[in-house]
Amino acid sequence: MTTTPMPSNDNQVMIELKNVNKWYGAFHVLKDINLTVRKGERIVICGPSGSGKSTMIRCINRLEEHQKGDIIVDKVPLTNDLKNIESVRREVGMVFQHFNLFPHLTVLQNCTLAPIWVRKTSQKDAEANAMRFLERVKIPQQALKYPGQLSGGQQQRVAIARSLCMNPQVMLFDEPTSALDPEMIKEVLDVMIELAEEGMTMLCVTHEMGFAKTVADRVIFMDGGEIIEENNPHEFFDNPQSERTQEFLSQILNH
Amino acid sequence: MGKVHVPKPSLPPPSNSIGAIAWAKKHLFSTPLNSVLTIIGMYLVVTMGYWTINWAFINADWVGDSREACTSSGACWVFVSARFNQFIYGFYPESEIWRVNLMFAIFTVLLLALVIEKTPKKPWIAAFTLVVFPIIAFFLLYGDAFGLERVETHKWGGLMLTLVLAVVGIVASLPIGVLLALGRRSNMPIIKNLCVVYIEFWRGVPLITVLFMASVMLPLFMHAGAETDKLIRAMIGIVLFQAAYMAEVVRGGLQAIPKGQFEAADALGLNYPKTMGLIILPQALKLMTPGIVNTFIALFKDTSLVLIIGLFDLLAIVQSALADPKWLGYSVEGYVFVAFMFWIFCFGMSKYSQHLEKKLNTGHR
Ligand SMILES: Nc1ncnc2c1ncn2[C@@H]1O[C@H](COP(=O)(O)OP(=O)(O)OP(=O)(O)O)[C@@H](O)[C@H]1O
Ligand SMILES: [Mg+2]
Repeated sequence: MTTTPMPSNDNQVMIELKNVNKWYGAFHVLKDINLTVRKGERIVICGPSGSGKSTMIRCINRLEEHQKGDIIVDKVPLTNDLKNIESVRREVGMVFQHFNLFPHLTVLQNCTLAPIWVRKTSQKDAEANAMRFLERVKIPQQALKYPGQLSGGQQQRVAIARSLCMNPQVMLFDEPTSALDPEMIKEVLDVMIELAEEGMTMLCVTHEMGFAKTVADRVIFMDGGEIIEENNPHEFFDNPQSERTQEFLSQILNH
Repeated sequence: MGKVHVPKPSLPPPSNSIGAIAWAKKHLFSTPLNSVLTIIGMYLVVTMGYWTINWAFINADWVGDSREACTSSGACWVFVSARFNQFIYGFYPESEIWRVNLMFAIFTVLLLALVIEKTPKKPWIAAFTLVVFPIIAFFLLYGDAFGLERVETHKWGGLMLTLVLAVVGIVASLPIGVLLALGRRSNMPIIKNLCVVYIEFWRGVPLITVLFMASVMLPLFMHAGAETDKLIRAMIGIVLFQAAYMAEVVRGGLQAIPKGQFEAADALGLNYPKTMGLIILPQALKLMTPGIVNTFIALFKDTSLVLIIGLFDLLAIVQSALADPKWLGYSVEGYVFVAFMFWIFCFGMSKYSQHLEKKLNTGHR
């Protein structure tokens, strides 16, 4: 199905969702979701509001619990076993719409906290590592400021650096640019594109179709808790199969 | 979210509204009714102020050692000064008073170090104050070790006892309150319900009842011989009672932390204790500071209730001195002194909390 060349290494499966179902009370949010993500794949997820995009990617690091089906991340099945959950969370980074930086800590402390307390890295190594990632997201000079002193775009780049400091195998993005002013979107997307080019496995909920066209190996369209369509970006945008996809695309591309 | 809004400083007022006269015209004499009220109010303030100053300072007697020294029409502060040591130290042996003073001195230095903003290594000082200092204070006050003579707790009294009760109550109730608040938010029904029952029980009982139960009923349930000290029992009662209130303050602070903070911590792989200890509580405690200080002030004043179970705190010891036939008739001076001492401490705490609030509003959130 994919036409873009796979990144060099193996075809190892990173994430597998098998018949995943989830309910909020009586409301069926996720309906029989099946999805396989291989190492190094970049996947963009789109769909109308309320279609279950956030819920799906939040199930992958157990911020939400699914009720039926299996989710396996890097060979670890997500169950109620806290050990498994913690080991999955160590390997899966997440970037939120509203950044969720820790406001009482400096940028540098935001980036070193988890490596020090979860990975047991020494403070010195953690700080050196954090500075490397802050340089990669192009804000090393802000390291000693507090999140409240930064612009939205800068905060989101710190949030990306904070996740990367844990050396995750997979990065999840939940609408990382939709809380940003237009002039700041590009600086965040640039960082994400760079990350994608380095071969990071990424799942990204976004409506930035330019981003999808540039980096995605696959685009997934969700509606009503189901995956309606799944294709490479070229086919997805030029030749959408289902009616709902066509309708959705015409709405977001024409506005 | 994102940007911090920093308001510009206000513009100066237009020049025609500056000055005391303009201000008074606008605020005090704007209408005939306001003018009349202002004049009546001023008259009351001036006459009462004049009377008070005359009584407390100008016509007061300060020196002497018996009531014969009080000859003028004002306050007889001789009563307070003659009994001052007793009011501060209770029945603590005269020769050992230096131990109490030393304890207070250490405590004051630690508090100052914590309050002053630029002190380095604050977390260590805080840990020292909370963990090591209580042990030092215990051995200093109680003795019976390191060659210090034992001073039974029934000899403790006065301001010293009030402060010991308040500080123990404050220091011990906060961590218990935090645990209760966390328990109340727990997903585990047993823990959650236990905490709810505890909090609601203690909040529904007056402190006076708790103290009665601690001093009268508790010994009935205990084996003979296992009798604990009356002061310890009162302390336990106060701490258990206060922890319930503290728990509610802490819960309020926890509720103000956005869900995204928990999610970000979870997503980074932090477990529950680390999430709470490193992310949530440090932020929540900042938000809760005013509420916590409020609770402290209430607790500080409530300690005077221990007089009903026969402990001689500041209020009780002054009251007992008033019953001394040699000093009959000086109750006003006695109570004014007690009120003034309580006021100093409560006002200090209140000012400090206002200062903190200001700092938090301008600081990084
Ligand atoms: N905690 C919850 N309790 C009940 N219903 C919820 C809860 N969280 C989400 N939902 C519902 O589940 C559905 C899917 O939500 P989700 O956040 O996954 O949508 P989304 O595709 O991410 O939408 P958006 O583009 O608006 O972010 C929505 O209808 C939402 O109202
Ligand atoms: Mg969403």
